Amino acid sequence: MNFADVVQVLACLGLVILLVKPVGAFMALVYQGERTFLSPFLAPGEKFLYRICGVQPEEEMDWQRYGWAMLLFNLMLFVALFAILLLQHLLPLNPQNQPPFSWQLALNTAISFTTNTNWQNYGGEQTASYFTQMVGLTVHNFVSAATGMAVLIALIRGFARRKTAMLGNFWVDLTRGVLYILLPLALIAAILLVSQGVIQNFSDYKTTPLVQATNYDQPKLNAQGAPLKDAAGKATTETVAVLAVTIPMGPVASQEAIKELGTNGGGFFNANSAHPFENPTPFSHFLEILLILLIPAALTYTFGVMVGNPRQGWALLGVMLLLLVVAFTVLQWAETSGNPLVAKLGVSGGNMEGKEVRFGMAGSSLFEVATTATSCGAVAAMHDSLTPLGGLVPLALILLGEVVFGGVGSGLYTMLAFAIIAVFVSGLMIGRTPEYLGKKIEVREMWMAIVVILTAGVTVLILSGIAMVTPAAVASMANPGAHGLSEVLYAMASMANNNGSAFAGLNGNVNFYNLLGGLAMFLGRYVPALAVLALAGGLAEKKYVPPSLGTLPTDKAPFALWLTLVILIVGALTFFPALALGPIVEQLVMVG
Amino acid sequence: MKDLKPAILLFLVFTFICGGIYPAVVTGIAQSLFPRQANGSLLVDRNNRETGSSLIGQPFSAPQYFWPRPSATGGFGYNPAASGGSNSGPTNPAYLQTVADRVQRLRDSGLTGEIPADLVQASASGLDPHLTLESARVQIPRVAKARGMSEDEVVRLVAGQTEGRQFGLLGEPRVNVLELNLRLDASKPE
Repeated sequence: MNFADVVQVLACLGLVILLVKPVGAFMALVYQGERTFLSPFLAPGEKFLYRICGVQPEEEMDWQRYGWAMLLFNLMLFVALFAILLLQHLLPLNPQNQPPFSWQLALNTAISFTTNTNWQNYGGEQTASYFTQMVGLTVHNFVSAATGMAVLIALIRGFARRKTAMLGNFWVDLTRGVLYILLPLALIAAILLVSQGVIQNFSDYKTTPLVQATNYDQPKLNAQGAPLKDAAGKATTETVAVLAVTIPMGPVASQEAIKELGTNGGGFFNANSAHPFENPTPFSHFLEILLILLIPAALTYTFGVMVGNPRQGWALLGVMLLLLVVAFTVLQWAETSGNPLVAKLGVSGGNMEGKEVRFGMAGSSLFEVATTATSCGAVAAMHDSLTPLGGLVPLALILLGEVVFGGVGSGLYTMLAFAIIAVFVSGLMIGRTPEYLGKKIEVREMWMAIVVILTAGVTVLILSGIAMVTPAAVASMANPGAHGLSEVLYAMASMANNNGSAFAGLNGNVNFYNLLGGLAMFLGRYVPALAVLALAGGLAEKKYVPPSLGTLPTDKAPFALWLTLVILIVGALTFFPALALGPIVEQLVMVG
Repeated sequence: MKDLKPAILLFLVFTFICGGIYPAVVTGIAQSLFPRQANGSLLVDRNNRETGSSLIGQPFSAPQYFWPRPSATGGFGYNPAASGGSNSGPTNPAYLQTVADRVQRLRDSGLTGEIPADLVQASASGLDPHLTLESARVQIPRVAKARGMSEDEVVRLVAGQTEGRQFGLLGEPRVNVLELNLRLDASKPE
């Protein structure tokens, strides 16, 4: 790594760390219902909104009702988006006359955006109307993120409260997350993105002439649309001249901002954040990385404040940063080392396949670890074309369970489940009572923590196994050999952990991936979320145990290191065999 | 079921706020403060005709133009209506053959020595408007010869179209290929 690379990466991460305290403290005020500097502008509207929607903001919910409200709301999201996608051709703002989605693709996409996954088996510019992108997908980007944050806040209240069954009001937490946190930040970010060249308009796609005309070979088709063959049985082609091209337009910036901020990741265009209209300059690139990391990082501080000891939050942030920096270093090393099979052809430099020149090597690596460490899943470089060890890094970050920052809300609640496991295991080893934040860790807590942690992993392994013996699933692979296995494993990991990035060569728009992937996203989102709420309900009813000599301090470096090890060991035990057959074999093949 | 009413109504309200008001406000501010960027950073010629976007690369293959990076967009290279990368894995034999063919084409055009990776490996978007400085530099002799210009003249034009790191810090130094080729045409028409 050269000097400039180090400086830009440190500058970006440094800015994230500087923002953790102010943003985290602000979010704590918001969720505790206290006055913030935005209250004079937003509080009247908020009250009005509760009145017309029939919400009693003072009414508290126990964990069952909180979970029920969350599921009902998510069901609404799913039904509405499913309908929009199927009826796209009848709805307004469709200047390109895009046809409706197939029901399988609509099902997959509706689950995907409802669960904050944003896996995409379609290319935006060729499939989705402006109405779909704006009224369908953008809305889901906001509220699915706010849903994850609400569940986390309920868990934090479980730790902070004593001898009560009540966890807060889901409707209030959801509304405040959108109004006070996501909307203001997204608005600022969207304007900054436009200043860099991200487009924001409702024009028709533009047709512009090429400076130098080009041409391509197109297969000749007969009247039925089947390829015509010549006498030797080879498919025939005709040369088509291209004098002008079609440049897509649309309201991109408003979606781009919340796509990163809510760790959603579904691109307006097929190329996602690599597309120059989504991410035109190095500044927009680093701004997007900042947006991806901001809320998951700051929530650790919110957590610390709400449980009464900010150091508890810093300890978790330390674990996340450590894993992020290690992941970045490996990826950056693998990619700058390049592909020896390409170097043999007389080519110099790192691996540039699937990367953009303007972001550079370090910028690309940082974006890819940020987007997979969190459950964002936007991409600015193509993961399928990373070197084998390089591709292992995003895959591993996803398989660790989306705890290295993770999705907004969901990352931290999964991390807290790992903290419970870590406390319990260390308690067994050193003979101390397992307690976390003054709450005794007992059978119910362990069960729920295990469900939170293992649901995605079990789903990934079972579904990848099924894919390997299903011819239709294998036929979707774009690359042969070990790399093909990596593509399938990545797809299942990405969907079950609600990330949404892809080894994108895999053709996901077939029934197998649309339907089983939909199932993976559904299980990966709601099983852990309900387990977290059950955990929160149980914790809230417990009494507070003041720290004693027998208590393991969980706000210090030794615990942070221990927690890191627990995360790595659980991940390695679950996935090492599959990783050995995919990226690790391919690396050995590549270096010969 | 008393939570059904808030579920439905809040969803509708959020759809109105996040899917209606928010994009409309962003569009309003964007169109008044940054109209050029918000509409695609389009380039116009002398007759005020839109000739492309400075952010979207175009395919060039004639010797008198700088060639951009390879592109794997749908249909044909640099097709803005179907963005995307090759998604080729690093050990895929078909991919390695493709790269070998691109190397051969550059060799046939008179290029000797090591070839910079970005000139034979496709970008993520397939629309990357830029080349690294090295990839532009190695093409200077070919372009100068094809246009009957001196290499010094072409070097000066390339230097004029070179962007440094943003704020002296972010990203990589780079050359915008479309803008460079338009400058070439303007300074020395065919």
